[in-house]
Amino acid sequence: MTYRVHIRVVPRAGLLDPQGQAVEHALAALGFEGAGDVRIGRAIELAIDARSADAAEASAREMCERLLANPVTEDYSLVVEA
Amino acid sequence: MLRVAVVRFPGSNCDWDTYHAVAGAGADARFVWHRDTDLQQAEVVILPGGFSYGDYLRSGAIARFSPVMQAVQKHAAAGGAVLGICNGFQILCEAQLLPGALVRNDRLTFVSRPVWVRVERTDTFCTSAYTRGTEMRIPVAHGDGCYVADDDTLRLLEAEGRVVLRYTRGENPNGSVADIAGVCNPAGTVVGFMPHPERYADPVTGSDVGAGFFRSIAAWLPGGTARSTT
Repeated sequence: MTYRVHIRVVPRAGLLDPQGQAVEHALAALGFEGAGDVRIGRAIELAIDARSADAAEASAREMCERLLANPVTEDYSLVVEA
Repeated sequence: MLRVAVVRFPGSNCDWDTYHAVAGAGADARFVWHRDTDLQQAEVVILPGGFSYGDYLRSGAIARFSPVMQAVQKHAAAGGAVLGICNGFQILCEAQLLPGALVRNDRLTFVSRPVWVRVERTDTFCTSAYTRGTEMRIPVAHGDGCYVADDDTLRLLEAEGRVVLRYTRGENPNGSVADIAGVCNPAGTVVGFMPHPERYADPVTGSDVGAGFFRSIAAWLPGGTARSTT
């Protein structure tokens, strides 16, 4: 069965995120008050053929650990859809 | 004559400069393609600067999986010398041959200019021609040069004297923690830094203060301890 996996990778909390800061300043300049803690990362979508949703998730987690996220600087989260 | 392999990835763009600097220092320079698995018995491997694989995903992240990198991993594991310059440094961090990571410059802009750096460690294969504390201006050219590592790693790097180059005279161009411009592995056999000494290795480019890195390499005695001038 094919599962659709949605992966979010963001800079680790506490690490400087200059892109997030720049966008935060731009939002403030546009008059959006109260917007803060902007973090900019990337979204990755992929299809995985697996026997179960658990197997698809395990496979996607390994992809994140080994390539899609840098364990030193980034955190990831993922959602598996049938 | 000491043999030096300069690895070329798709997107490497400092390969010829590095080759020229190595050959100019009197070593036997060879190009090795990223698909090769044979390092041609080189004693020293250099991963040059550039934008391997277009910096897709993260700088150095894809190059790490090139066939040649398995040979580089083996070479390093056997105590062989490896130098990563700029993108090469990013690749070595991604390959976990060096600790930490290089992220977007703190001011978000690509920085391309000579900056002051200080040589902090001279008992490595690529810094032995310098005296500890030597300060010089060397070009940097990068968008992702901000060195980061967790606190434990940073303490270890400082305690073991593994910061090889440090930005100095207030010239940290990218927000790197502790002004770190380059680090090495515990044995000092794998070194990576952001500055480009190959661009200042020949007077024709305006300065040759960086030639010492390549003289160090050419004079290195594989298997023995690196000669130090301190």
